[in-house]
Amino acid sequence: MQWTELIVFSALFLFVTVLGFVAAKWQKGETLEHLDEWGLGGRKFGSWITWFLVGGDLYTAYTFVAVPALMFGAGAMGFFALPYTVILYPIVFLPLVRMWSVSRVHGYVTPADFVKGRYGSHWLALLIAITGIFATMPYIALQLVGLEAVLRSMGLNGSGILGHLPLFIAFVILAVYTYQSGLRAPALIAFVKDILIYIVILVAIVYLPAKFGGWGEIFNDADAKFKATPAPGDGILLNANNQLQYATLALGSALALFIYPHSLTGILASRGRNVIKRNMVALPAYSLVLGLLALLGYVAISAGTKPIVNQATGRPDTNTIVPELFGANFPSWFAGIAFAAIGIGALVPAAIMSIAAANLWTRNVYKEYLKKNASPAEEAKQAKLASLVVKFGAVAFIVFIDPQFSIDLQLIGGVIILQTLPAVAIALYTRWFHIWGLISGWFAGMAYGMYLLYLIPSADKSRLHFGGSALPLNQLSIFGWHPFGGSAMTIYVGIIALAVNLIVAVIVTLIAKKAKVFNGTDQTDPSDYHVDEDNPRVKPIAAH
Amino acid sequence: MPSEHKTGLRWSNWNLLLILPLFMLITPWFNQDEPRLFGLPFFYWYQFVFVPLGVLCVGLVYVKTKDQPVVTGKPDKLGVDDLDEGAN
Repeated sequence: MQWTELIVFSALFLFVTVLGFVAAKWQKGETLEHLDEWGLGGRKFGSWITWFLVGGDLYTAYTFVAVPALMFGAGAMGFFALPYTVILYPIVFLPLVRMWSVSRVHGYVTPADFVKGRYGSHWLALLIAITGIFATMPYIALQLVGLEAVLRSMGLNGSGILGHLPLFIAFVILAVYTYQSGLRAPALIAFVKDILIYIVILVAIVYLPAKFGGWGEIFNDADAKFKATPAPGDGILLNANNQLQYATLALGSALALFIYPHSLTGILASRGRNVIKRNMVALPAYSLVLGLLALLGYVAISAGTKPIVNQATGRPDTNTIVPELFGANFPSWFAGIAFAAIGIGALVPAAIMSIAAANLWTRNVYKEYLKKNASPAEEAKQAKLASLVVKFGAVAFIVFIDPQFSIDLQLIGGVIILQTLPAVAIALYTRWFHIWGLISGWFAGMAYGMYLLYLIPSADKSRLHFGGSALPLNQLSIFGWHPFGGSAMTIYVGIIALAVNLIVAVIVTLIAKKAKVFNGTDQTDPSDYHVDEDNPRVKPIAAH
Repeated sequence: MPSEHKTGLRWSNWNLLLILPLFMLITPWFNQDEPRLFGLPFFYWYQFVFVPLGVLCVGLVYVKTKDQPVVTGKPDKLGVDDLDEGAN
């Protein structure tokens, strides 16, 4: 047991717990009993708060733990996280402000609300809501994987159910203050999280390379390690077969990120269009940190860091690489701060994600099907309860099911959420697609994507299915025809599934339009997409 | 805003700058070890350079297209404490 680390960690954890409860009173509106307040923090966050909130939301503990672990294990391929988070902002810059404006005029809380307003179809909205909830759940579970990696590095590495007890306690605390304070809790805690992360990364990036002979030495060590392994796909550079995978994975992940419900929650909580635009300029500061952090995977190679064996599963857990590297090379008090940064880094996104999932449940399932005339206070109550259910579901995932399963699910999550892109993102610009086109495209893309993921074994061949997202092109088949037979190049499954989705959506739309099938009603007006905060047409906050 | 045309789309040629960062996806242009910078292989530092480049592109588009709908009388204050005051 590492007492110094544990004490520093606990002290900081206690501090953010207090913040979490105090947050309910921070900048408070007239009532917390409304989704605009509980679920969107009053829709009034300024540039700084949004920067911390969205930054804390997108750059999660899992990212900070898993990306270096991927670099440690596979090399250059893990660096896709940098292009992913660089191209992200130019891609979403224009659509996001449209989404904000239209949501602000009509009081939309979730992406499915928008789809329902745009197409007047609660079935299409239900499809989008369920997709969102399903894709978010394993993402929350993954935050626990990050938190647990830190706890186990501090010596809280028990076996069996009891081994998960520290994790369970941390999550109960999180669940209670999220229940009470809503989105204000992660917004306030994000300040602490991000400041800690920046301090830790800057120190790590200056101190550690110097300790192991400089970056040149570190890259040479990594190169030597990868050359010595039999695996053909690793190395400090990409090879002929994984470059397409690198580019498509970065692109697909960037397209997927802002249609995840939790990212949109952060955007909709902001005060106005300029707040969002400024953030699209300023958020890459986190990408820089993420890129530097990724390189710590190579530092761990030079340092000879060994992943610790997870007593609950009995296997070495590469996600402990970064915590182990910090633990072995920093004085214990600073390692404690580093562990707290990662641990608190898990709480912020987990809170936002559970709020986003709860909003989806409340607005697009509960209010739509179970209690049509629910008052705003009843909606808020329902969302609070749903956030508890979602979080305990995530804990159960980790405790009772192999954590590897949530990592696989998260991988699938990206492919799944991409299938909502035509209905959520393209619909911001055009209503050309027909409802039936969107629905058929969703089913086609989803089915084909799942089929392709099923075909992929894990890199070490220990599992035959759902082992990764890189599909060798020679396995790509169109009704038994292999257009790229013999090619060993790999590509990200999400992009193929999205292409299938779009093709089917176009074909069905053309048919439906020819047959003059009714295409729903559009609640929105073209000018809604440009409304800013000072416009009289914005919907009053927390109104009925 | 009745002056809006039917499609509701606004276009500025500055938006084309948003395409520039996407060029970092063309991996054959930079998938090499040499030349190194501070010990970092070309593959890594080249992609790091795209971070400020992306900021520059998005920032330019923001500044140059700002004249369209703007908020009046509500500057975004930089002090953290009074950030959200004045909203609603």
